[in-house]
Amino acid sequence: MNPDASTIAAGAPIEVDLSPIAEGQDIKVFWRGKPIYISHRTKKQIDEARAVNVASLPDPQSDEARVKSGHEQWLVVIGICTHLGCIPIAHEGNYDGFFCPCHGSQYDSSGRIRQGPAPANLPVPPYQFVSDTKIQIG
Amino acid sequence: MSGPSDYQPSNPALQWIERRLPILGLMHSSFVVYPTPRNLNYWWTFGAILSFMLGMQILTGVILAMHYTPHADLAFKSVELIVRDVNYGWLLRNMHACGASMFFFAVYVHMLRGLYYGSYKEPREVLWILGVIIYLLMMATGFMGYVLPWGQMSFWGATVITNLFSAIPYVGESIVTLLWGGYSVGNPTLNRFFSLHYLLPFLIAGVVVLHVWALHVAGQNNPDGVEPKTEKDTVPFTPHATIKDMFGVSCFLLLYAWFIFYMPNYLGDADNYIPANPGVTPPHIVPEWYYLPFYAILRSIPNKLAGVIGMFSAIIILCFLPWLDAAKTRSSKYRPLAKQFFWIFVAVCILLGYLGAQPPEGIYVIAGRVLTVCYFAYFLIVLPLLSRIETPRPVPNSISEAILSKGGKAVASVMVAIVAAGALFLGSLQDARASEGSDQPPANKWSFAGPFGKFDRGALQRGLKVYKEVCASCHGLSFIAFRNLADPGGPGYSVAQVAAFASDYKVKDGPNDAGEMFERPGRAADYFPSPFPNEQAARAANGGAAPPDLSLITKARSYKRGFPWFIFDFFTQYQEQGPDYVAAVLQGFDDHVPEGVTIPEGSYFNRYFPGHAIKMPKPLSDGQVTYDDGSPTTVAQYAKDVTTFLMWTAEPHMEARKRLGFQVFVFLIIFAGLMYFTKKKVWADSH
Repeated sequence: MNPDASTIAAGAPIEVDLSPIAEGQDIKVFWRGKPIYISHRTKKQIDEARAVNVASLPDPQSDEARVKSGHEQWLVVIGICTHLGCIPIAHEGNYDGFFCPCHGSQYDSSGRIRQGPAPANLPVPPYQFVSDTKIQIG
Repeated sequence: MSGPSDYQPSNPALQWIERRLPILGLMHSSFVVYPTPRNLNYWWTFGAILSFMLGMQILTGVILAMHYTPHADLAFKSVELIVRDVNYGWLLRNMHACGASMFFFAVYVHMLRGLYYGSYKEPREVLWILGVIIYLLMMATGFMGYVLPWGQMSFWGATVITNLFSAIPYVGESIVTLLWGGYSVGNPTLNRFFSLHYLLPFLIAGVVVLHVWALHVAGQNNPDGVEPKTEKDTVPFTPHATIKDMFGVSCFLLLYAWFIFYMPNYLGDADNYIPANPGVTPPHIVPEWYYLPFYAILRSIPNKLAGVIGMFSAIIILCFLPWLDAAKTRSSKYRPLAKQFFWIFVAVCILLGYLGAQPPEGIYVIAGRVLTVCYFAYFLIVLPLLSRIETPRPVPNSISEAILSKGGKAVASVMVAIVAAGALFLGSLQDARASEGSDQPPANKWSFAGPFGKFDRGALQRGLKVYKEVCASCHGLSFIAFRNLADPGGPGYSVAQVAAFASDYKVKDGPNDAGEMFERPGRAADYFPSPFPNEQAARAANGGAAPPDLSLITKARSYKRGFPWFIFDFFTQYQEQGPDYVAAVLQGFDDHVPEGVTIPEGSYFNRYFPGHAIKMPKPLSDGQVTYDDGSPTTVAQYAKDVTTFLMWTAEPHMEARKRLGFQVFVFLIIFAGLMYFTKKKVWADSH
């Protein structure tokens, strides 16, 4: 009952062009049936994400560990709430990040859980930069 | 099932069969001469009611499966086509969907009856555990069945529930992948749920056979909890229990028919009339009502894994009930303290159910935690403790002695009255809070409301005109074909009028022999063409918000009625939240934006739209559409007419449903009356 060959094939890596995404904007792409948020973060969002005392977080992880160095403005996360799988809404909540409408979890501008019942940060999918304006997810 | 039968059929052909397969003897000893305690009350008819409901669900389900398409792109539409085009498909679907709720209602009564009268105690432990297994199988079946219509609540319910398994350490993620058959809930998930939803009811039927077998070995418990000793304590199953069960079932059918014919969507969620969309989460995910107490337990525990464990142990704990409650006296009738705690427990379950439907914030979370503790305390503290400290009242020596000294019946009804009064009191508090400044749509007088409601033909025809001239430029009506306009119970056009109406439309067809698509005039069998080729185009042309298809809009929109009202609605058959909302939104535009509300660029203020910022500009203005029949050409009249029309598109067979409902009710009332008097006659000498 595990995924069949066609499902696995359809889950192959995808390339996303980042050039149309302006600063402060984000897009949602689907990969393996999951929504992936790609956010072009503003300076303010990056500073907020880095100013937090990492040890005080429910799921401690530094912002540096969640983005690719040299591409700090890009946040790529799987937009599935780690509580029970709803899709959080971008640019909402108290932390300039994501807000899950189902059970009220709030994530910050680095996709880290800050408030609510979710146990973990929004996961970062495997991806790398193919060029400065293009990433490959998967 | 109680020893070898001495039954001998008189017919030689039956004798021939009986010598080779003694199935008639088995039936005879199990359901005819089987001795049943003579003091059973009507709570004992729920066993028969449940067997009836299982049969009903399997029968309607098998026929529905003949018309259903288990594919993520087609499932939602195939369910709508069942309701619209299959002969009596609306009836089958309502029977199956409401039947699931009725099945659970009956099983809860059945379980609480067992709890009250101590039916789980020695020697009926295995019987009880088999019952818990049936209940678990029912929950799995009900959950997977709810996924099949592939609406928004189906999809997101499936996502939330399958994600529960991800809480299991180490293997959780692999289990979830196995359930999904992919990387998220999708087509493979729907396919396997359909397969399992078809399989599990037959497993339930198998366990029910074991359940009945165990029952017939141990014998039935009874309200006094003393085993039958002499022949005087029992009556033969047929005719006594059979006729009593028949009466019980026919009364239950009255309730069931009330839902099927008059409130088919009362227990459902409006969001499930929106096709599943993996990119949009509904603001509030609620499971079906029968899971709500467990959902409340899940949410009240702040840790994810602990929450999941808490939820499952709330059910599994029932298996240990025979050993948690060690009291020798079975029936709570003779246990003064246990009786009170039982009713408190019932109240706790109902309140947990209420909380499960509320958003998890503030007071609701705290109340949920308190009640979760109460739920487990009943099993883990109260029952073990009571069996040690409680002094039960003396139990009668035999069933016949108990029948002679009847009494104490009023207490239960007093308790029910207290619980009901408490609920009403809480309701009035809620009511007081809700009445402060609300944006609830005003209630309208609709011609189609109530048990004898009919569509106003004039309003349907005018509404069609408004749709065609105004709404159709942005909104589709994809489930309605032109031929439907001539259907009985619809706008009442003739077949010729419909053909002329359809030919005004250009419909894309093809490919022709040259392999090219071409346009031709519409035919009666064609569906209303949609204004945009796909959702993305609709979104792009309308500033990012796709105009929803209107076929189901009056069923897919609703607003919260709040606590006491949803109970009154059951009796008044108020079902018009959707039409009230649609009519209110059409009239709720206001250029003057009240203070404290900010409307983003490209949106408009609407008093009744959730959040108040709607992307649709004010669609109707006075005099915009001309009416031939002299009706006022005002926005209020347009809104009313087009809403009536959209109610018809959402449920074209509504008139047939209400008409058949009345006939069924007349029949059921007469039938139940006949059963009652027959039962009285049969039992005349036994009381």
